[in-house]
Amino acid sequence: MISALRPLTRIGHWLATPVLPESYLELINPLLGAGLRGRIERLVRESDRAVSLEIRPNHQWQGARPGQYVRLGIDVDGVRHWRCYSVSSAKAGRNDTFTVTVNAIDGGQVSTWLNWHAQVGMVVMLDQAAGDFVLPQGELPKLLFVTAGSGITPVMGMLRSMAANGQAADVVHLHYSPDDAHNLFAEERRGLSLAHGWKTLNQLTRSRGDQHFSSAQLDALCPDWAERLAYACGPTALMDATAAHWQQAGLAEQLKQENFRPALKAVAAGAGGEVRFWNSERVAEGAGDKPLLEVAEQAGLMPKHGCRMGICQGCLVTLKEGQVRDLTSGEVFGESGDMVRICVCAAAGNVTLEL
Amino acid sequence: MTAAMKIDSSLIEKARARRLPVDLTDAQVQQFGAEIEAVRKKIMDSLGENDARYIRRMIKVQRALEVGGRGLLFAGILPPAWLAGTAMLGAAKILENMEIGHNVIHGQWDWMRDPQIHSSTWEWDNVCPSDQWQHSHNYMHHKWTNVVGMDRDVGYGILRMSEKQPWHPAHLAQPVTNAMLATFFQWGVALHDVEFERVRTGEKSVKEAWGQLKHIGKKVRKQVVKDYVLFPLLAGPFFLPVLTGNITANLIRNLWAYMIIFCGHFPDGVEDFLPEDVENEDKAHWYLRQLLGSANISGGKLLHIMSGNLSHQMEHHLFPDMPSNRYAEASAEVQAICKKYGLPYNSKPLHRQFGSVLRKVMRLSLPNGKPKAELATA
Ligand SMILES: Cc1cc2nc3c(=O)[nH]c(=O)nc-3n(C[C@H](O)[C@H](O)[C@H](O)COP(=O)(O)OP(=O)(O)OC[C@H]3O[C@@H](n4cnc5c(N)ncnc54)[C@H](O)[C@@H]3O)c2cc1C
Ligand code: FES
Repeated sequence: MISALRPLTRIGHWLATPVLPESYLELINPLLGAGLRGRIERLVRESDRAVSLEIRPNHQWQGARPGQYVRLGIDVDGVRHWRCYSVSSAKAGRNDTFTVTVNAIDGGQVSTWLNWHAQVGMVVMLDQAAGDFVLPQGELPKLLFVTAGSGITPVMGMLRSMAANGQAADVVHLHYSPDDAHNLFAEERRGLSLAHGWKTLNQLTRSRGDQHFSSAQLDALCPDWAERLAYACGPTALMDATAAHWQQAGLAEQLKQENFRPALKAVAAGAGGEVRFWNSERVAEGAGDKPLLEVAEQAGLMPKHGCRMGICQGCLVTLKEGQVRDLTSGEVFGESGDMVRICVCAAAGNVTLEL
Repeated sequence: MTAAMKIDSSLIEKARARRLPVDLTDAQVQQFGAEIEAVRKKIMDSLGENDARYIRRMIKVQRALEVGGRGLLFAGILPPAWLAGTAMLGAAKILENMEIGHNVIHGQWDWMRDPQIHSSTWEWDNVCPSDQWQHSHNYMHHKWTNVVGMDRDVGYGILRMSEKQPWHPAHLAQPVTNAMLATFFQWGVALHDVEFERVRTGEKSVKEAWGQLKHIGKKVRKQVVKDYVLFPLLAGPFFLPVLTGNITANLIRNLWAYMIIFCGHFPDGVEDFLPEDVENEDKAHWYLRQLLGSANISGGKLLHIMSGNLSHQMEHHLFPDMPSNRYAEASAEVQAICKKYGLPYNSKPLHRQFGSVLRKVMRLSLPNGKPKAELATA
C-alpha cells in the first residue's frame, strides 16, 4: 500500500514544488496540512480552571505511551507558542484520539488560551510524544503515585490505561489538591479504585487543612512505600520533597518524577547583554534572567526545542562567543564551541549563538 | 570596493558638496529619524491575529487561484478556458512571488513563528533560489539602496540607470537589453546574484560562482519540470495549451514584476547616491536616504496587493520587515512627516512612474544624458 503510493507522492512533490503537496491538501482539510497536527474533537470542563481536550491527530501520529507528554503548538494573537501537556487518556495509539488536561495558570499564555478560547474543530500543532515517565513493560510491580494539582494528568493516563487493559496492579495513589472543587478526576478515580482494589488517598490541603507531603505522612499513609516503584508529579515543592525523601532512603532509583516547570533558582541578578544570532543575522537584547530561547523567539526565530526546562537537550545550540548563565544553578560558563541549553541559559554579557 | 572604479569621478566632488539633497540641519534629520522610528514601533507593537489572518488568507487565495488556473488550462483547448486559466495562473504566480514570497523572505511574518510562513524556510515559485536572493536583495540592495557601485540593483549590472554610472557604447543597445530583461526577469534575478562582473575582474572566484550556478540549476530543474514538462504531460492530448498557458503565465509574472520593481527606484525624482554619501551613515540618515531613493505607485487596493505592496516602495524601504498589509497605514504617517520636514513624497500612478522609467532607459543609453531635474539642481 505504502510502497505503491510512493511514485505518486514523488510526482506530487514535483507538481507542488516549491511547496509540499500538503500545502494544497490543507485547502480541503486543515488536518492534511504539513506536519503533525490534530483537531480538537471535544472539550470537557474538569474544574473552573482545568479543561480536557480530546484531540484527533492526523496520519502522522505515531502514538504515545500512558504518562508521556506531547508538545502542543497554538497561535495566541497570531504568534505560535509551544507547550508540553501530558496525555491523560487511557489510549493514545496511532489510530486513537487522545486527551490532554490543561490547568489554567494565572497570566499563563497557553494554558489560559486553551481553557477559555479553544473550541471544538480547531486545529492545533503537535509533536510526537516523548518522555520516560511511563509504566514498566510487562508485569507491573507494586506502584505508588504521588501527585498534586495538575500533576495528576500523566498518572491519570496510566491509571486509565491499566484499567482499560485489565492490568492487575497493586496501586496506592496519594493526591494533593486544595479542595473538592479542584480535586481533578475525583469521581472517576473513586470508581476505578473500587473496581480494581486500588487505594486512593486524597489530601485536601486548603478546605480540610490536610498536610502537604512529608516523610512522616508517607510512612503513616503508605508504610510499604519502600517496596513500591514510585511516580511523582506536581509543583516544585512536591518534586523537591519527594526527591529528598527517596534520596535519603537511598532509593532514588525507585522514584520517577515528571516536572512541569523548570526549577529556576533565584539566581543573583546578573547583567545580560546583546545577543547575536549568527546564522539569521539578527541581534536582540538579552536580559540576564531571560532564557535565550525566549529571546530568540521574540526576535522571530524558531529554535528547535522540547521541554523548555532543561531536561531533554532538545534545544542545544552552539555558542560562538561570550558566556551564558545557567538559570537552574546560577553558574556562568561557556567558551566558543560549547553546546548550551538555551531554554535554561541566559546571556551573561554579550553572546553570539549559532542560530 | 570596486564601486569607486565604476563611478564617473567628475561627479564625486559635486556629490561631496551636496551630500543628501535636502534642506535640513543635522538635528532636524535626527528628529525626522526619530519620528519615522516611532511609526515603525507603533505598528510593529500592534501586530496580532488580524495580520496573521491576512497572510494566511492571502496564501489560501493564491493556492486556490493556482489550482483553479491549472485546472482550467487542462481544458485549454477552448480559448475562453485557456485565457481564464492563464490569467489565473499568472495572477497566482504574481501573488506568490510578490505579496507572499518576497515579503515572507524579508522576514515580515517571522514574528508569527509559523515554520510554514518563515523567512528561513520559504521557497518561492520562480527560478531564483530564496536563500541566495535573500542575501543579495535583503542585504546588498536594502542596505545600500541606490548607492551606485554598491547596490547592484541599479541597472542590474546590465543597464545604465544612473548618470553616475559611466557610459559605454554597449549601452546604446539598452532599450533592447531592457526589453529582454523584462521578458526573462526571473532568470535575470537568478543570474544577477552570480555577479559575473566580479568573476570577470577576479574579485570573485570561479569556484564560488560555479557553486551558485549549480544551486540555481537545481531550482531551475524543478521549476522547468513542473511548468514545462509534468503539467503539460498530465494534460495528455492537451499538452500544448497547458504548455503555452504556463509559459504565458510565467511571462505575465515576469513583465509585471519587472515593471513594479523598476518603478520602485528609477522614476524621475528618485535620488541615487555615491559611496561617499553613505560613509558613517547613521540610522536617521539611512531612513532619509531610503525615502529619497524610492518611489511609490498610487492606486487602489488591488494594485497594492498585486504589486506585493511594493507600490509602497518607500515604506517598504523604511521598514523592510514590517508586514506588507500595514504599509498603507504607515504611508499616511510617513507622508505627514515628509510634509512637516518639507521632503518630497514621490507617489504617482503606474503609467506616469513607468513612463518616466522608460524615458530614463532611453536617455541614459546615450552618453551624458541628464534629466531636467538634475540639471536644475546641479
Ligand atoms: C513534561 C511536561 C508535562 C506537562 N504536562 C502538563 C499537563 O498535563 N497539564 C498542565 O496543565 N500543564 C502541564 N505542563 C505545564 C505546561 O507545559 C505549561 O508550562 C503551563 O501550561 C503554563 O504555560 P502557559 O503558557 O500558560 O504559562 P506561561 O505564559 O509560560 O507562564 C506564565 C507564568 O506562569 C509560570 N508557570 C509556568 N509554568 C507553570 C506551572 N506548570 N505551574 C505554575 N506556574 C507556572 C511562569 O513562570 C510564568 O511566570 C507540563 C509541562 C511539562 C514540561
Ligand atoms: S528544551 Fe529541553 S533542554 Fe531545552
